[in-house]
Amino acid sequence: MQFETAAAPHIPSQQTVANIMGQVLLALVPGVLAMAWFFGVGVFVNLILGGLTAVAAEAAILALRKRPVIPALKDLSALVTAALLAVSLPVIAPWWIVVLGSLFAIIIVKHLYGGLGYNLFNPAMAGYVFLLISFPKHMTGWLTPDSLSTVSLSFAETFDLIFNQQLPTAVQFDAVTMATPLDTLKTELGLHQPADQILQGERFGWLAGKGWEWVALAYLAGGIKLMRDKLIAWQIPCGMLSGLVMIATVCYLSDSGQYASPFFHLFAGGTMLGAFFIATDPVTAATSANGRLVFGALIGVLVYIIRVWGGYPDGIAFAVLLANLSVPAIDQYTKPRVFGQKP
Amino acid sequence: MINPEYAKIIKDGLWHNNQAFVALLGLCPLLAVSNTVINSLGLGLATTLTLVCSNGIIARLRHLVMPEIRLPVFVLVIACVVTAIELIMNAWFFTLYKVLGIFIPLIVTNCAIIGRAEAFASKNAVDKSLLDGLAMGLGFTFVLLVLGALREVIGYGTLFAHAELMFGETAKSWQINVLNDYSGVLLAILPPGAFLGLGLLIAAKNAISPKIS
Repeated sequence: MQFETAAAPHIPSQQTVANIMGQVLLALVPGVLAMAWFFGVGVFVNLILGGLTAVAAEAAILALRKRPVIPALKDLSALVTAALLAVSLPVIAPWWIVVLGSLFAIIIVKHLYGGLGYNLFNPAMAGYVFLLISFPKHMTGWLTPDSLSTVSLSFAETFDLIFNQQLPTAVQFDAVTMATPLDTLKTELGLHQPADQILQGERFGWLAGKGWEWVALAYLAGGIKLMRDKLIAWQIPCGMLSGLVMIATVCYLSDSGQYASPFFHLFAGGTMLGAFFIATDPVTAATSANGRLVFGALIGVLVYIIRVWGGYPDGIAFAVLLANLSVPAIDQYTKPRVFGQKP
Repeated sequence: MINPEYAKIIKDGLWHNNQAFVALLGLCPLLAVSNTVINSLGLGLATTLTLVCSNGIIARLRHLVMPEIRLPVFVLVIACVVTAIELIMNAWFFTLYKVLGIFIPLIVTNCAIIGRAEAFASKNAVDKSLLDGLAMGLGFTFVLLVLGALREVIGYGTLFAHAELMFGETAKSWQINVLNDYSGVLLAILPPGAFLGLGLLIAAKNAISPKIS
C-alpha cells in the first residue's frame, strides 16, 4: 500500500529501538553499582545469567516462529527485560530463579502474545510475579545492607551461595539476611508499634532504609537522565510518584502513628526503579499524554494500597500488571480530541 | 467392523469436537479442580456419568418435550442426574466428595452437558446419544487428566498422590515421586497455572491436529 507523502519539511527521528534500549541499559548502571556496593556482587551474577537466558530464549523462540533472529536480538529489548528482572531479584537468589524468571518473561509473557510491541503485560514484572508466587521462600531472602552487616560475603562465597546454596561454615543464613525496610515496617506495625518510632530504628536512614535509599537515589538519577533525553514519557513517573505521594500524605496526616511518611514510601522498596524504568515500558503503558498521567497515578495509588493494606511488603509488580490490564480502558477514555471534533 | 456413524461420534468426542479443547465448554470446573490427577479423575468420571445418563434420558424424552420448554426440561433432567451422583459420591467416596466440594453440584451448570443435550441428544436416537455422552465425557476426562498430571508434576513433583481418596487404603502406595527433593512451583497449583496449562495444551492440540488428519 502506497501512502501519500506530505510536503516538506519533515522531521525524521534518529531514534531506533536499539538506541533507546541501549540508553535505558546505560541509565540502569548507577542503580546497579549502588546495589553492588550495598548488597554485594550477586547482582552482577543475576544480570549476566538473566541476560544470557533471555537472549537464548528470544533467539530460540524467534527461530520457532520463523522470524528473523539477528535483527530482533540487536534491538536489545530482551536484555532490558532481563536486566529489569535481575535488579528486582534478591541478590543471593539461587541461580535458577533468574533463569526461570527470564524464560517465563520472554517466552510466555512476550512471545506468546506476539513479541515486541504486542505483549499485554510488562514481561519483567510478570516474570517477577511468577517467581514471587511460585518461590516465596527464595524470593524474600534479602541480604543485609553492607553498612549494617557484621558478616560480609566475599565474591567466591556469594558465588557458592548462588550456585550451590552453600554458606561459609559457621555463618547462619539469618546472619547475612535481614527483613527489608518495608517488611520491617509491616511486621512492627502488626505488633502495634507506632510508625514514627519504627522509622527511628537502626535499619532506617534519613530517607528510607539504610543502603536502600542510596539505591533508590541512584535509580532516580538514571531515570532523570532518561526523562531529560525524552526517552521515557515524563507523565508516567510523575503521575506515579504524585499518585503515591498524594495518598501517602492523606494517610500520614490523618494518623502518623499508623502510616509511614510519604518520603519513606518514595525512597523505599522499588518505587524509583518502578516509576522510571518499569512503568515507562512504552509497549504496555497507556499511549496518550493524559492517559499516561492516569496510568502512572493508578500505579502509585495501587502500590500504596498493596504496601499498606495488602499481603506483600512491596507492590510495584502487582500494581504495574493491574495497570497494564486497565490500559485499553484508559486509552479509550483519554483519546485526544481530533481538531474540530465536538467533545 | 464398527458402524462408521458410531466411529464418527467417538472420534468427535475424543478429539475433533473435544468439549474442553475445541468447544472450550465446562472450563470452570476443569480449571478449578485439575490440580492433581486424582481430583481430575474424580471430576472427569462424575461428569462422564452425568453426560451418559442425561444424554440417554433426554434422547428418550425428545419426542415428548415441546420445543418451547425443552431447555427447562433438560436442566431438570441434568439436575436430577447430578443430585443422584452427588448422593452416590457422598455415600461411597466421602473424602473425595469433600475435596471436590462445590464442583460436584456445579456439574449441573457445566455447559458441556446442556450443550450435548441440545446439540445431540435432542435430535438423535438413544443408542447414539449414550455413545455421544460417553465419548464426550471421556474426551473431557482425558483433558482433565493431562492437565491434572501436568500441574501435579510441576506443582508438587508427584503423580497419583492421594489416590486413597478414590481407591481405598491400598492405593496409598501408588504415589510416584517424579522429581525428588523438589520444592514445587506453586504457580502451577494456583488458578493462573490452570489457565497457562490449558492454553499450552490447546496450542499443542492445534499443532498436532493437522498432522493426524
